[in-house]
Amino acid sequence: MSLDIATVRRIAALARIRLEEGELAQAQAELNGILGWIEQLQAVNTEGVEPMAGGGAVALRPRPDAVTDGGIADKILANAPDRQGEYFGVPKVVE
Amino acid sequence: MHPTDFTLRGAIDALNEGVISSVELTTAHLDAIAALNPRLNAYITVTGEQALEQARASDARRKEGVTGPLEGVPLAIKDLFCTAGTLTTAGSRILGNFTPPYESTVSGNLLRDGAVFLGKANLDEFAMGSSNTTSASGPVENPWSRANDPDTRLVPGGSSGGSAAAVAARLALGATATDTGGSIRQPAAFCGIAGIKPTYGRCSRFGIVAFASSLDQAGPVARTVEDCAILLKSMAGFDPKDSTSADMPVPDFAAACARGVKGLRIGVPKEYRLEGTPPEIEALWEQGLAWLRAQGAEMVEISLPHTQYALPTYYIVAPAEASSNLARYDGVRFGLRVTEPGSDLRDLYERTRAQGFGAEVRRRILIGTYVLSAGYYDAYYLKAQKIRALIKRDFDEAFAKVDAIVTPATPSAAFGMDEKQDDPVKMYLNDVFTVTANLAGLPGLAVPAGLDAQGLPLGLQVIGKAFDEETVFAVGTAIEQAANFTALPRLRAGA
Repeated sequence: MSLDIATVRRIAALARIRLEEGELAQAQAELNGILGWIEQLQAVNTEGVEPMAGGGAVALRPRPDAVTDGGIADKILANAPDRQGEYFGVPKVVE
Repeated sequence: MHPTDFTLRGAIDALNEGVISSVELTTAHLDAIAALNPRLNAYITVTGEQALEQARASDARRKEGVTGPLEGVPLAIKDLFCTAGTLTTAGSRILGNFTPPYESTVSGNLLRDGAVFLGKANLDEFAMGSSNTTSASGPVENPWSRANDPDTRLVPGGSSGGSAAAVAARLALGATATDTGGSIRQPAAFCGIAGIKPTYGRCSRFGIVAFASSLDQAGPVARTVEDCAILLKSMAGFDPKDSTSADMPVPDFAAACARGVKGLRIGVPKEYRLEGTPPEIEALWEQGLAWLRAQGAEMVEISLPHTQYALPTYYIVAPAEASSNLARYDGVRFGLRVTEPGSDLRDLYERTRAQGFGAEVRRRILIGTYVLSAGYYDAYYLKAQKIRALIKRDFDEAFAKVDAIVTPATPSAAFGMDEKQDDPVKMYLNDVFTVTANLAGLPGLAVPAGLDAQGLPLGLQVIGKAFDEETVFAVGTAIEQAANFTALPRLRAGA
């Protein structure tokens, strides 16, 4: 599968990464280089194989549904690029 | 003897015997950093004052009779571990001003055991790279150079290049590192030191900036296998804050180093004999097997038939998880924000992420986004997960017959800073011997075993069964003792 420019533009939009018009061709070439190399996986017979999700053999543990933290608004806001009182500031979203 | 020449074990003994204080040991390392870091760039942030404060506190505790397992030992911390109150950048512009209010579990465990932190070690941006050339803080230089070409600056490997370079150049007794596809073992091999990626789940991932969560594991690098064992003992352990942390006892890894290899069956995977591997790496591998045979181990040829698919599988799974993990960097809650006059929220996201992430990180996010996108998920991501299961099954079948597997650590020695930078896939091939252990969740140790014709270090890798780091340490120590690796890098403290 080879990506066309429109698909590269769509992927960048999904990833929320701005690509200038002049950057699209290079991104397309790089992504197609990597995807072309990955293509060899289609040759592997995986019929009946259960997909392996996660890195360990250990089953995930349930834990009590309880509050374990809180009351640390200042810590959470300490690195905010635009702190507005107890809130994160963002450009106006709703007119 | 210069204090920076101690092994970590030697330093612990010297501290216990009162031969040296933590303040003296720490000062010697800070002086070495001041002299060499401007050239090597192994540290992004040096926390000198805080280190001396910690060293003084450690010496005071010692006077009171309180000595932790790492009491007063100066270490470097990869700048991927959150350290409370200390800048933590992940080597990225997007976290260039991020000071975490909390401590990662692994670094917290080291502090609990008395360690002193010299500073934060450089790395490839978000741990994505094999040469430490993608860091927003600039590349790290390998303290080693070619005997016949000393002016060509070499890479230390990556992503834990700063950790490995710092330890090799004696700017720390040991360091924390992380390994998603080879990021502990490849730089350790390139810098002539030891490093272990433990079993997935052995070390908590809490507070480590996430790259690919099902592959990421923390581990130590140090100048001896035993030093790695001592550090891993402190770093490891169950942590309820990481849902994938293993609730298992942590063995005495250092004690396992001296077990010997008599009677052990060592697997030699035939698929790791790759076309194009330099003959001296093949020869070193044979030499390593001969050393183990001489110490009473039995060599067994094994087959890991899906090996050739491991790297392309990794380059689906890792970018997919990265694209999801890195979605949090949106310019809203922490880190860099980039806007233009009139930017709406979406424009804020897109400009922040375009300018905050470097080229390799952007590339992996785009690949990851694509393989997870509607219509392609089954063909790429699900397919890769199935092949990952086959790779793990290969290991399960092999480990029914053998106790450990020995392979080369890397397909080459350290390369020049300008080499392999033009083709991402060529760079990815660095991890051809290491990435399988991440996909299968197994422990892997790199141990320095010899030099190539140009005088650069080469390493061997020991892969073990899940949660059997003890056998890995035993085999690694056997190789280390037989190799008697005493060569030193040209750039080092006290040289």
